[in-house]
Amino acid sequence: MADTHSVIGTKNKKGQTYTDTWQMMNDAPRTPSFFTGSEVIKEALRRASCDVMIAYPITPQSEAAALIGELFAEGYIGDYFRGESEFAVMSQCAGAAFGGARVFTTTAGPGTMRAMENFPMWAGARLPIQMIVTCRGINSPLSIQPDTLEISYLLNTGMLVWHAETAQDFYDWILKGYMVSEEPDVHLPLALCCDGFFVTHTKDVVNLTPVDMCLPPYDPYRSPVPCMDMECPPVRMMRDPFVMKSNYISYATHASWQQEVWAAVERSRKHSIHWLNGLIETENTDADVLIVSSGTAVSQGREAIRLLEEEGIRCGLVKVKTLRPWPGEEIREATKNAKYIVVPEFNVTGWMAKEIKASIPDSDRVIAAPHVCGGMTMPPEIIVEEIKKTLGMRTMSLAGRGS
Amino acid sequence: MNQYRVLPGPEHFLPPAAASMGIRLPNPGEGHINGVIVPEEKAYEEAARQFLMAKVPTIFPGPLVLWAWNDKAAKKATAIRHLYETLKECVQPGQKAMLIPMPDYRPKYPKINPEIEINPNHPNLTIWHNKIDCCMFVGVHCHQANLSLKIIRGGTSCYTVAMCAQAGHEDAMLSFRDASVEKIMRLAEWVRKLKGSVKVSQVISKSGASN
Repeated sequence: MADTHSVIGTKNKKGQTYTDTWQMMNDAPRTPSFFTGSEVIKEALRRASCDVMIAYPITPQSEAAALIGELFAEGYIGDYFRGESEFAVMSQCAGAAFGGARVFTTTAGPGTMRAMENFPMWAGARLPIQMIVTCRGINSPLSIQPDTLEISYLLNTGMLVWHAETAQDFYDWILKGYMVSEEPDVHLPLALCCDGFFVTHTKDVVNLTPVDMCLPPYDPYRSPVPCMDMECPPVRMMRDPFVMKSNYISYATHASWQQEVWAAVERSRKHSIHWLNGLIETENTDADVLIVSSGTAVSQGREAIRLLEEEGIRCGLVKVKTLRPWPGEEIREATKNAKYIVVPEFNVTGWMAKEIKASIPDSDRVIAAPHVCGGMTMPPEIIVEEIKKTLGMRTMSLAGRGS
Repeated sequence: MNQYRVLPGPEHFLPPAAASMGIRLPNPGEGHINGVIVPEEKAYEEAARQFLMAKVPTIFPGPLVLWAWNDKAAKKATAIRHLYETLKECVQPGQKAMLIPMPDYRPKYPKINPEIEINPNHPNLTIWHNKIDCCMFVGVHCHQANLSLKIIRGGTSCYTVAMCAQAGHEDAMLSFRDASVEKIMRLAEWVRKLKGSVKVSQVISKSGASN
């Protein structure tokens, strides 16, 4: 039987040393490397002691999925294959995780939507699968370009949902993500999202941990549910009683089961704070105007703040790292002095602004703009324009500023 | 400060998960009582007191300790048996210590036999039938333990204790974490230490368990 602690200091078949994750992520020397986001996914996975990766091509995650195939050929991944569709892939991931494996997959846009039925199933079955979501457009007419609308569909699945801003976030959070989602009191799947192309296909300097260090293996014996057993829940429950029985106790058990999944999301808060150094990151929260967002909208916000500073306008920033668990308390505290909360987003519905409005007092302080979608870029100037307009300042009109 | 407390029920038609009400799990070396973090030693004392106060103190061992799937499980099972024997020795006339297994998690229809087992999907049946007013979960997978603890809190007035091998349970009224043979034996010591010093509860509630 695997024991995580007993293997630390020993080597795997590739000669990597199983290392205490805190030491690996915080104390070990880092090597600056110039990589695309897709290459970063590969490098993180090289160090993740992953048992199974299941792939299916869909832009913009195809490159990462193919690169992980190379890792398999090199012997760093236990098993790797291509599923028949995204739905099949996510079902196969469930099978591997039910069997006690550390599982990884990647998807994007319509692939996420196609596989959607599996995500509440993963969460309900307490499977700590990690899924990279390289967000892109999901609606007709077809678009492969960056758009974060698909994240909003993941928010109520019971999965943990994190939104990386940079390739560095991506690298660190893939490895740290397993530490959070595999905690026995959490033990939930993680959707680690990034904005497709902006992160996956651009090169950035990323500080990598040593290649001869890797995560301790997953210990399935710490799972809050038994490994797959056709006679025990959740498997047996899927094929009969909760579905087939109509009585109070059957409903009550299912209700209690759902509550337990969301209780586990709540429990992830403590671990996420520990590993991510907080659920949010803030700058100048004493300013009258705050930009609050997640993903690369935060990067554009940073540039907007620089432009505003040149004009003598002070603006603060809140970067939201985790969407589930939702950092409501942290956002309430960070925004308590703000007169205006500007929420730039790469999607048409403004789901982030809605989440923030639901979390803070005086929600009319929230300006749900600017929005861009369908692959449009978000020039920092349109954030600047929105803020100046909010402050009642004269501003130049920019074309294509969205809703 | 969080106002919610994890107390004996019946709490609600559908009680909330304590974690969703802001109750946090203890860190190593700690336990919780009613959702308030306490030093582990205080949790031993209170768990022993609740056992000795109850008319039907009961241990519910789960599959992780019922089957000798490794040496540690076998040793824990022996320690649990020791705790049960200690409890039997220490209770007063009129009290009845019980040991009822949760052998697996299969939903059983039309219903289980509550004389001989407890099931995580309808644990209230066993609590009601045996008029259990204090119980301890040990060796139950965390997810199933939380299901049960929440359902028990919802529909019975039974006091719940969790001797958890992992991070503990907010949905119990009292929880230990990182349960080991030593911790189970330590609880037995506390039961013996408090023998004769605790007054037995006299109240029987409508839900079948005494308060």
